[in-house]
Amino acid sequence: MKIVYTDVLVIGGGLAGLRLAIGAKRRGHDALILSLVPAKRSHSKAAQGGMQASLGNVIKGQGDTEDVHFEDTVRGSDWGADQEVVRMFVNTAPKAVRELAAWGVPWSRVRKGDRDVIMNGQKVTITERDEAHGLIAQRDFGGTKKWRTCYAADGTGHSMINTVADQAIADSIPVHERVEALSLIHDGSRCFGAVVRDLVTGEVSAYVATATAVCTGGAGRVYRNTTNAVICEGIGHALALETGVSALGNMEAVQFHPTGIFPAGILVTEGCRGDGGLLKDVDGHRFMPDYEPEKKELASRDVVSRRMEEHIKKGKGHKSRFGEHIWLDITQLGEKHIHTNLREVWDICHYFLGVDPVKEMIPVRPAQHYTMGGVRTDPSGQSPTLKGLFSAGEAACWDMHGFNRLGGNSVAETVVAGMIVGETVADYCDSLSNTPTVPLGLVREFVEREQAKLEAFTRGGGTEDASAIKGEMQDLMTAKVGIFRTGKDLDEAVDKLQKLLVRSRRIGLRSPQLGANPELVTAYRVQRMLKIALTVAYGAAVRTESRGAHFREDFPRRNDAEWLKRTLATWKGESDTLPTLAYEPLDVGRMELPPGWRGYGAKDYIDHPDTPGRQKAVEAIRAQHASDRFAMQAALMPYEHLLPPGLRGRNERIDERL
Amino acid sequence: MADNDSHRKLRIHALRYNPAKAGDTPRIQTYELEEAPGMTLFIALSEIREKQDPSLQFDFVCRAGICGSCGMMINGRPGLACRTVTKDLEADISLAPLPVFELIGDLSVNSGKWMRGMSEKLETWVHAQERALDLKRIEEPMDPALAEAVYELDRCIECGCCVASCGTARMREDFVGAVGLNKIARFRLDPRDKRTDADFYELVGDDNGVFGCMSLLACHDVCPKNLPLQTQIAFLRRKMVVQGTQG
Repeated sequence: MKIVYTDVLVIGGGLAGLRLAIGAKRRGHDALILSLVPAKRSHSKAAQGGMQASLGNVIKGQGDTEDVHFEDTVRGSDWGADQEVVRMFVNTAPKAVRELAAWGVPWSRVRKGDRDVIMNGQKVTITERDEAHGLIAQRDFGGTKKWRTCYAADGTGHSMINTVADQAIADSIPVHERVEALSLIHDGSRCFGAVVRDLVTGEVSAYVATATAVCTGGAGRVYRNTTNAVICEGIGHALALETGVSALGNMEAVQFHPTGIFPAGILVTEGCRGDGGLLKDVDGHRFMPDYEPEKKELASRDVVSRRMEEHIKKGKGHKSRFGEHIWLDITQLGEKHIHTNLREVWDICHYFLGVDPVKEMIPVRPAQHYTMGGVRTDPSGQSPTLKGLFSAGEAACWDMHGFNRLGGNSVAETVVAGMIVGETVADYCDSLSNTPTVPLGLVREFVEREQAKLEAFTRGGGTEDASAIKGEMQDLMTAKVGIFRTGKDLDEAVDKLQKLLVRSRRIGLRSPQLGANPELVTAYRVQRMLKIALTVAYGAAVRTESRGAHFREDFPRRNDAEWLKRTLATWKGESDTLPTLAYEPLDVGRMELPPGWRGYGAKDYIDHPDTPGRQKAVEAIRAQHASDRFAMQAALMPYEHLLPPGLRGRNERIDERL
Repeated sequence: MADNDSHRKLRIHALRYNPAKAGDTPRIQTYELEEAPGMTLFIALSEIREKQDPSLQFDFVCRAGICGSCGMMINGRPGLACRTVTKDLEADISLAPLPVFELIGDLSVNSGKWMRGMSEKLETWVHAQERALDLKRIEEPMDPALAEAVYELDRCIECGCCVASCGTARMREDFVGAVGLNKIARFRLDPRDKRTDADFYELVGDDNGVFGCMSLLACHDVCPKNLPLQTQIAFLRRKMVVQGTQG
């Protein structure tokens, strides 16, 4: 049995995993990254639009602070987020952008003087301040009060991961590429690493570590129509779920991005709308102001996606041979802007649609985009139920997005969480009491169990086809667990997914070798993906309310009285066909921003009984500290003690000097 | 996207070879499939793997032309398979793995390993002056035009097409390729990187670096991101000549 030892085992080579590993390594611990693909090819790369951080350099961002970013994020989450975590995040985001700037990300910079922008369909001239010249620029994005999204032209995620991956190389952090974790090694209370399969040779080995971090991104590929890369299959989620101990939080919260190109589902960035792009129907009518007079195209993603589908249902979609879609019109932004700031969009339209967005409208329809749910951790990033297990980024639920994530908050989260959880992991490894006595018998048992499972596929005589099961699952999820959900559809989906799960236990292979074998990979992944699909569908079926991206046509109101709580899904037994659900209430009495109307979407919700009382208390504290926003915040909801010491402290701005 | 169906019968001729399998020999295998509207090589190869041959190896990740995973020889020319639309090609399409890189199997090559080696050798990161970074403070300003220029060169996706098309790379195992030279140009331009031309000369001032380039410049022609490789290599060579002769 081959065993690799390391202090910190990071599963996933995207931005969160890379930054976490760098943090741990710089604190003196050996970190090793496992990645399905070369790190720079991770899905972090696809973040085109930008990273939210309240720098307030541009004139339209003037007055922006952590407070405004906090409120936007909590409203965006439809009050599902952990507000302490959101505070930790918004205070660290400016530090993250500045660190990346020092490391080499070519952030787009502010140019002083006049410039023309498109706002609300109109050309407007704005004037940037002299003192902002050369500082990091921000653009407009959905669901934000201020221009807050920092960007590197049209390739923010690309430049971020290039820079961070190269830093990891500079720090001599090994990335074992083209390997896949098959299971976490644990004894029910503590995690010791993972069983890992080499995708090229098929070799199975054990990686034993003091700390193991799941940073594997999203699970979009359980759906048919998704913007996610083909590797985003939720396997990291499944690793945690299959321990039977570690829980997944809020898996029913799935975001659909308004502008996947139709029908391929490839994302065109929110920056299109942020920069002034409009959504139009079959008649060329701009319909979003009819539904959302205040935020229009720039309401949060869940709201815009639903309005688009609603408008299509009214017969206002453009009919094509692949189905109906909406138009995204960016022609008014002009050739120069599109060729510099939205070039990736031009490329995608050109190569995948044969459309020139300078002259023609882009066919779009909402597609699965983001997994808000994930491996449940505390605010420091550690699993509360499995010691030594950590998680960061899209794979995690610490929980800063609640039921809907804002555009620009995901790449921001990856790096911020990597910074914070990297310190947590280093603290954990620093403590001698956490050095594991490696139970070699247990390690062997886990390796042998995975080998037996692989052999069952190649020699077990199964007859089911892995690809066919996967396809059926994806179609079911898109058709029944999508943007508009009903009890009837969800129950049907849960029932059929369970049957697929049972069938998946009898998969046989047409090409039954244990080495490099794409069919074998599909086979073992689809079993895990079905468990993830079931946590999504079953969680959605049980949650009889609408919140953020989870929208029930039969329960259209947000119901704080009964549902202001986080879903926790665990998978108790190997032969189970359903997750076990439990709920963790959110404490209104400790919220800095008590539940209310988001400022867009339906105004209709049922209050939690504690909300009016908390609202009153909050107002009193606000009045008492009206002159000092920091004192006010500290009195409302202290959070700074939760941050690693090196990441505490105020952020300097042009208008807020230290 | 054209609304009229073409329904051509495509014949994809793929090079098959699994170096890990004892006794395996390279061969061309032909797959027939019906073309669909908007079909890309990503869609076509995925369908072949799903319905005809689950053992066929290839690499896709983003399938949107941004991650650089799917470089392969398409009708003899390096390109990104995910954004190659079949309707732009004849019905007979030949596919082969990128040369130069270590072959994993069939159409899959280990470009990631090559790129990591190149990054380690050329130290493709900002070499800042040693001082503690105060993240609370406003960032250093940077000229907006310069930031854009750095970004232009930062757009490389390390797909390996330039290396696969390079005459020198076929002859010199350690040649850093246009991808490596472009990276040096990128960091040379970046004011945050404190390395001097003397430092860069140590990295690329030889036949495995900028003086190995024979100016055939296929790299420039095949780069899927249209990076200005020709200009950058020529400029870098001039600077390195100056450094080497007068430095």
